[in-house]
Amino acid sequence: MDRFLETFFNPVVMAQYTPDIIAGIWVTLTIAAAVIVAGIAAGLALACLRSYGIRALNFLIICYADIFRALPPLVVILILYFGFPSIGIQLSGPMVLFIVLAATLAAFAEEIFWAGFSSVEKGQWEAGIATGLGFTRTLAYVALPQAVRLALPPLVNRVLAITKMTALGSAIGVSEILSSATTAQSFSGSATPLTMSVVAYLVIFLPMVVIARWLESRTAWKKR
Amino acid sequence: MANRPMLEIVSLEKRFGPNTILKKIDLKVAEGELVFVIGPSGSGKSTMLRCCNRLEEPTSGDIIVDGRNIMAGTRRDLDRMRLQIGMVFQGFHLYPHMSVLKNVTLAQRKALKRSKAEADARAIDMLEQVGMAHKADAYPGELSGGQQQRVAIARSLALDPKVMLFDEPTSALDPELVGSVLKVMKDLKSKGMTMVVVSHEMGFARETADRVVFMDGGVVVEQGTPDEIFGAPKAERTRTFLSRVSG
Repeated sequence: MDRFLETFFNPVVMAQYTPDIIAGIWVTLTIAAAVIVAGIAAGLALACLRSYGIRALNFLIICYADIFRALPPLVVILILYFGFPSIGIQLSGPMVLFIVLAATLAAFAEEIFWAGFSSVEKGQWEAGIATGLGFTRTLAYVALPQAVRLALPPLVNRVLAITKMTALGSAIGVSEILSSATTAQSFSGSATPLTMSVVAYLVIFLPMVVIARWLESRTAWKKR
Repeated sequence: MANRPMLEIVSLEKRFGPNTILKKIDLKVAEGELVFVIGPSGSGKSTMLRCCNRLEEPTSGDIIVDGRNIMAGTRRDLDRMRLQIGMVFQGFHLYPHMSVLKNVTLAQRKALKRSKAEADARAIDMLEQVGMAHKADAYPGELSGGQQQRVAIARSLALDPKVMLFDEPTSALDPELVGSVLKVMKDLKSKGMTMVVVSHEMGFARETADRVVFMDGGVVVEQGTPDEIFGAPKAERTRTFLSRVSG
């Protein structure tokens, strides 16, 4: 038991590396927030564009969504970080992480919002168009709010999955939580920093999981 | 009744691939007239109605509303003309995420650009006319089918349309709720609204329609006053259809 505590809960190591882990939390939160905002915005924009039914454009959107849903983000991260400098494009680690995760989230979000649009009844569109709103305003005021509502639970789950992937930053030296923890682990020779990273991830992501659960429980239309 | 045509359908044709749904339909509806369209399912009556505001794109022909051809002009012209053509659907299609009041004000605000105060006042007026003002703050999901349909009628009326199209407005309703919707339509008729109604409510047609049009196989087979059509139909197909529905 002492051995276990010594390995995973060493108080000296904890005290020493807490500032590093906190710095890592901050990096993770910043990148995650940027990924969530950019990924959802881009995904929503793509789904809206797709609803206009322009064939060539939709082909490109679908290709994009399928490719980025198929690729493991780590592969793309490594290509951008280690490969692109050779063709003269030098991106910082956090920037690469942000771009790849946002692009991946955008691909998933596009599909989720599109599924939302697809399940809005055709009659809703017809009602909007018949009352002179035209396509764009019917999209904005009638279809979009309903699509977003339907998309919310799967979207939150996807957001969780993608933001957790900020841990992939440890492969390219972004000092987010996991990276700070593994660095500390190799310096201290103790697994305690990894325990600290577990706590840090739980602090960040447990509330998100709870929010996701709550959102899923209130997707029905307002009925009193 | 004025003789000026409010809605003119001119050699309207609609094809879906190899199938011709509407074959050169001609129909004139005078101002304040209620034209009732009957016919077996698949006769093209709903398609004809939906071509009148181009929810269904006609293959050829013209649709003239109050002297203006909705087949000519830009997209924007079309949206502006659609404001003058009210449409009521079988499935109501109220917006479930908006209160009744918001349902009735949305197009007023966003398409007609009325102020909030103006749109709200107009909405309450229209909701009163259909007996639904007391539900202004309710959501569509809390209303019965008949109530939803009356709100849908108010939503169209609030845009001051020149003609109202009704696509089987009572077909999705429980029998005991049909009366409330028909009453609203009757009021509307007495206020001078030009109306085209596709429906199976023959009793209502007899009582309220100025003219009954019988369609079958994508053509107008016969038309006349309710007495002529229901009392002494000339065409064999009309007789067969009527005997089946009244049967």
